[in-house]
Amino acid sequence: MRVRSSLIFATTAVVTAALALSGCSSNSATRAAPSSSSASGTPAPAASASGVPTRDPHTDLVIWTDAQRAPVLQRFARSFAAANGISVSVQAVSTDLQSAYVTATNAGKGPDIVVGATDWIGNLVQNGTIAPLPLTQAQKLAFEPTALKAVTYNGQTYGVPYATENLALFTNTAEATAAPSTFEAMVQNGQAAVKAKKASDPLALQVGQQGDPYTIQPLVGSAGGYIFGTKADGTYDPAKLGVDGPGFVAFAKLLSRYGEKSENVFKRSIDANNAVSLFASGKVPYLVSGPWALPQIKQAGIKYAVSPVPGFAGMGPAEPFLGVQAFYVSSKAKNAPIAQEFTLNYLTRKDVEEALYKAEPRPPALTSAYDDVAKTDPDIAAFHTAGEHGVVLPQIPAMSAVWGPLGIAEAAIVGGADPASAMAGAAAQIKKAVG
Amino acid sequence: MHSERIARVSWMRVVFIGAVVALTIFAVPRLVSQHAWIALGVAVAVTATLIYVYLSPKRIAARYLIPGTLLLLAFQVYPVAYTIGTAFTNYGDGHRMSQTQAVSELEADSVVERPGAPRYELSVATKDSVSTGPIVFFLTDPQGRVERGDSHGLTAVPDAQVTKDPDTGKVVRAPGWTILNGIQVNARAAQLSTFAVPVEGGFIKSVGLSEAFIGERTLRYDVATQIMTDTRTGVAYRPKAGTFVAADGSGRVLPIGWKTDVGLRNFAAVVTDPSIRGPFLRVLAWTVAFASLSVLTTFALGLGLALALDHPRLRGQRIYRSLLLLPYALPAFISLLVWQSMYNKDFGLLNRLLQTDIDWLGGIWTARGSILLTNLWLGFPYMFLVCTGLLQSVPSELKEAARVDGASSLRVFRSVTMPLLLVGIAPLLIASFAYNFNSYNTIKLLTDGGPFPPGNSTAGNTDILISYTFRLAFGGQGAQYGLAAAISLFIFMLVGLISFAGFRRTRALEEVYAA
Repeated sequence: MRVRSSLIFATTAVVTAALALSGCSSNSATRAAPSSSSASGTPAPAASASGVPTRDPHTDLVIWTDAQRAPVLQRFARSFAAANGISVSVQAVSTDLQSAYVTATNAGKGPDIVVGATDWIGNLVQNGTIAPLPLTQAQKLAFEPTALKAVTYNGQTYGVPYATENLALFTNTAEATAAPSTFEAMVQNGQAAVKAKKASDPLALQVGQQGDPYTIQPLVGSAGGYIFGTKADGTYDPAKLGVDGPGFVAFAKLLSRYGEKSENVFKRSIDANNAVSLFASGKVPYLVSGPWALPQIKQAGIKYAVSPVPGFAGMGPAEPFLGVQAFYVSSKAKNAPIAQEFTLNYLTRKDVEEALYKAEPRPPALTSAYDDVAKTDPDIAAFHTAGEHGVVLPQIPAMSAVWGPLGIAEAAIVGGADPASAMAGAAAQIKKAVG
Repeated sequence: MHSERIARVSWMRVVFIGAVVALTIFAVPRLVSQHAWIALGVAVAVTATLIYVYLSPKRIAARYLIPGTLLLLAFQVYPVAYTIGTAFTNYGDGHRMSQTQAVSELEADSVVERPGAPRYELSVATKDSVSTGPIVFFLTDPQGRVERGDSHGLTAVPDAQVTKDPDTGKVVRAPGWTILNGIQVNARAAQLSTFAVPVEGGFIKSVGLSEAFIGERTLRYDVATQIMTDTRTGVAYRPKAGTFVAADGSGRVLPIGWKTDVGLRNFAAVVTDPSIRGPFLRVLAWTVAFASLSVLTTFALGLGLALALDHPRLRGQRIYRSLLLLPYALPAFISLLVWQSMYNKDFGLLNRLLQTDIDWLGGIWTARGSILLTNLWLGFPYMFLVCTGLLQSVPSELKEAARVDGASSLRVFRSVTMPLLLVGIAPLLIASFAYNFNSYNTIKLLTDGGPFPPGNSTAGNTDILISYTFRLAFGGQGAQYGLAAAISLFIFMLVGLISFAGFRRTRALEEVYAA
């Protein structure tokens, strides 16, 4: 009896091993017919979130995404896989997905598809890691114009957008009036709430010791400032730096007026770590943040409203950066036909974009999907309205030379430095780095 | 007995050599298929050396030296050599591949769909073998006309010869051809990426599994002249230092560059660029001050606590000692983030406790002091641990003898305990200095180099060489590995010199006390 059971065990082990080996070999480059394992339609489990990412070699389509998005995409990948009789694996890369992707792709070990923000495009293209995605004219027109603009670089569309994100103003409606018409009115309301001991600070807009050009951008735009000017075709021109231009300097003076040395509305002590929690704990009546702050605020159970960030009195409307999350197909994709099919013909479907919204509440980039979602979710509609005057987050690689110097100039001005000379210094440094 | 011992040793040796050979045999086909000839040569040479050394009866000394030597070569010499090699190139974002690769990427990226041209419903078909047969496209245009395309061009196909899907018009059967299904199409991805049907002024390419479009290449490369031409504007781009630069003097460049040798450019940048050279000495001075003050303060506090707890009649010694080790047991980056939030001017713990309004990380000297304070908290347990151990190794007879000779406790400490302690701890102090010299996390997580002088974001007032280098190499337009390698070579030489001088001093110390 015992001998027999061990015999059975040994046989099973050998057969399993043989199957496993044949399964491996069927994935080699010269595979002829669909093997039984790849036709099963079940995606392989996501790889562990830690360690050096390497491509899962056993599936017909490999997608890399950040750790938060992986479980969501896993579901869509599964239904696409089932419909097409292939296997898909969604791998979560938890740290620095962009550079991990560039390194792995150049080494021939990258995925077929990567998911990321559109300000990556310039860097991904200059490293030859993503391929243009020829959307049809009809597909292009189905997207929000800004979302389409965000995935267009050097005249080519490089990604399929699925969600947009931009900053808006959150108001704690128990402490102050929602949707103030101007920045000055908002500051007045906020200061009144502080005086009435309802709050400790009028506004939470993260600055930090190193500044935060992304969060301050809506107000920069209101004062007429811009980082890069545009070429004739509407794309950003790295040679036209506007950081020391008149609009930006006008903004810098306002930044100084509301800085620590006078009105004390902008503070370096409010940073990325504490801004949302200050609002969620009821210590500030106003917060400038994005849709990613929604879960924490909802959990805190306070009464809030979302409205556009107000512009300065007598100046233009606030112009937040419009970021777009998109899918890109690798230029070294081993399964390019399936990857193109998945991005161009599956992700562009209305039901898919709506389902992605349900998994992660951001305004869908597909106009028809957005219209449906906005009917039931006022927050999403409010974020979309807040982004109406927004500007596309620059995709050009030169942008990575901007964040550091511009942020430091911003923090210095908030701390009391001379606005014009701080901006001139930042501009000089950016110009040198961009070359 | 004797022969048995030799036999046993040989058996182990045979297993070892066998494993090495097996590994090489496993690796060789892979290396050959990747055309990694240098790696192949190294693998074969190492295997041959190992076989010779461990099977030859004469090379007994080499048997003990070779493992260490190989590891030294692999983990010390090779990275240094690689860094030196990289320092002479422009390797970095936008310059990661070879010129040939860059050209083919640029050409591939330049394919645009012909404006207003129709999309085709595509069926990929082949003959004979699904996996290796010649590829043809059956293309159905929006009017339902079917054409067959191969690498020579298009041929009209009468409707009678094919069966079409009634909804999409896609060809589902064509006698004499096998229509590939999705998975079969995907399996031919490599051929499809180069396959195109030439048509007037462009070509037809597949996209996805069942669609094709008419594309045009807007960049054309001439191998002989190495000139890339934009076919729409006629502008020529010439290669210059790893980038295609427009010949019309507009300064425009093509987005993808390639890795190339740039000679001493990176070193010249370090030496001549005022934004690198200017703050270099200031950063170096603070780095040295930061590292030495960190060592001194942690050593002083660690030693003081060790001495205080060294008293033999102290009760609860173990509890105190365990409590003092706690900062050492916490992950350093968590401690650093907690300290960072404690220093917050308006919401931090420190200002609330002290009832002050100090901008700890915003002022130059408060920021430097804050860093040293945090580093002291992080570092003293290590010094305490080492000193506690070393104090116990100081022979009590020596101390007693000194006391009998009438020395005060202070004198005993200064003349007996301290010198003996220093012999043991001096190398550790140097190691601690070298560690703090490159303590990137501390600076990055506490101040990120800030506060910065007005109009200068390359070198902050608390930047140490490593954080400053990191910002120079990766804070500009993407990662510049070539420049980073050049700067780290300078730092390598600097740290090397300091360590060399330090170890010479310790040897001198040891000789003095040994005498």
